[in-house]
Amino acid sequence: MSLQSQDILRRSASPTQPPIAREHKAEVAKLIDVTTCIGCKACQVACSEWNDLRDEIGSNVGVYDNPADLTAESWTVMRYSEVEQNGKLEWLIRKDGCMHCADPGCLKACPSPGAIIQYANGIVDFQSEHCIGCGYCISGCPFNVPRINQKDNKAYKCTLCSDRVSVGQEPACVKTCPTGAIRFGSKEDMKEYAQERVDELKTRGYANAGLYDPQGVGGTHVMYVLHHADQPELYHGLKKDPQISPVVSLWKGILKPLSTIGLAASLLFGFFHYIGVGPNKAEDDDEEDKV
Amino acid sequence: MSKEKLISRYNAAERINHWIVAVCFVLLAISGLAFFYPAFFWLTGVFGTPQLARIIHPFVGVLMFLGFFRQFFRYWHHNLFNKEDIKWMLSVKQVLSGHEVGDTGKYNGGQKGMFWLMTGCLLVLICTGVIIWRPYFAYYFPIELIRVALLLHAWSALMLIAGIVVHVYAAIWVRGTIRAMVEGVVTHAWAKKHHPRWYREVTGDKHKP
Repeated sequence: MSLQSQDILRRSASPTQPPIAREHKAEVAKLIDVTTCIGCKACQVACSEWNDLRDEIGSNVGVYDNPADLTAESWTVMRYSEVEQNGKLEWLIRKDGCMHCADPGCLKACPSPGAIIQYANGIVDFQSEHCIGCGYCISGCPFNVPRINQKDNKAYKCTLCSDRVSVGQEPACVKTCPTGAIRFGSKEDMKEYAQERVDELKTRGYANAGLYDPQGVGGTHVMYVLHHADQPELYHGLKKDPQISPVVSLWKGILKPLSTIGLAASLLFGFFHYIGVGPNKAEDDDEEDKV
Repeated sequence: MSKEKLISRYNAAERINHWIVAVCFVLLAISGLAFFYPAFFWLTGVFGTPQLARIIHPFVGVLMFLGFFRQFFRYWHHNLFNKEDIKWMLSVKQVLSGHEVGDTGKYNGGQKGMFWLMTGCLLVLICTGVIIWRPYFAYYFPIELIRVALLLHAWSALMLIAGIVVHVYAAIWVRGTIRAMVEGVVTHAWAKKHHPRWYREVTGDKHKP
């Protein structure tokens, strides 16, 4: 029997509660302080190194972003945005990747039991052997994160180094960050630390500095400290109020009970109509039966 | 009763066409419900494994669409609504108690409604199915469109399944109907009772009851 964590908060496409005996685990969070990030991409390298990923070497597309987008084998990428704020050029650099939502759209959309799980500590993890490659997780994600690998038709994304975290280590990107811009700890501690950073930024003139922990998805287990928390869009289109699309909520929500009622009604109608009225025979069918 | 007294309703090509579509539908409904209802995910086993079900489902869908497409052009002109169909639909309660209403042609109002429901659902299913088809086509469409397509695909599939439940039940309830699609023939009594105008057309009987 395989090792089991027995702290599974949620499991995709599973109507009953998965093993949760060890639910006492504290919620964890990765805090990315965008204001102290220098864009060195050490985190990208550390991610690929620890997770043993070898994405294709791409080509320079004229900007610093490289690779140009998340892929099934690049689970985190630096996003560089040149914006003008208060008459000055600002170079905003954001480490993009899975946000590990408390209310994960990918998990909600996934049709395969156990292909996506959420641990008690908040990490949302893909269990690739159960993935069927349908891409529903992509439609569920409000942050455009999961990517399907063309080699095996499985979806991949940041695991928040669930393997490292489970043995008391921080994620690889946190470990490697040379400026300490990425921190890891309990969500409570990270929020406290973020507050210190925000207070300091405010004294330095960033009046709108703040923590990005969007409540539309129940909060996230990857959070940002932003200089311009009032305009997250500045950071390569980071959504101001990300939510699971209402279309996905309809599909995975009300449509199910409605269709159950509809299908059950049509079946029950047929059954009881037959019991009540009996077969509809043309007159001389009986004679024909005798022949 | 002699063989001459039977009336041909569907020829072999029509019957084969129908059953190809029907078998495709059953496979698609089973695997589709598996993708829709978590508790029925095991129904993906109809195609061997969940991954195979994901791969095969859309190809069977295309086959069903092509089969239905052929049927559409066989039957659409028999399925245009007329006054008799309105009469039939308004008196559906009486029809359900076993008493036919109106001078029905090859198809009655309910069958015509079913025909257009199936046509509409099939069109929505093939269009949305292509949009959400991974790994081949989904990459060409924006995510907002894929989300809407996923919702519409599920919704129209469920409408179609409910419709087919009615379609199958009607065939079972009205005795002699399944024979029309299996052996291709119906009795005079069947035709006279359920499709009087069609009966007169095929037998040349000018006497209107």
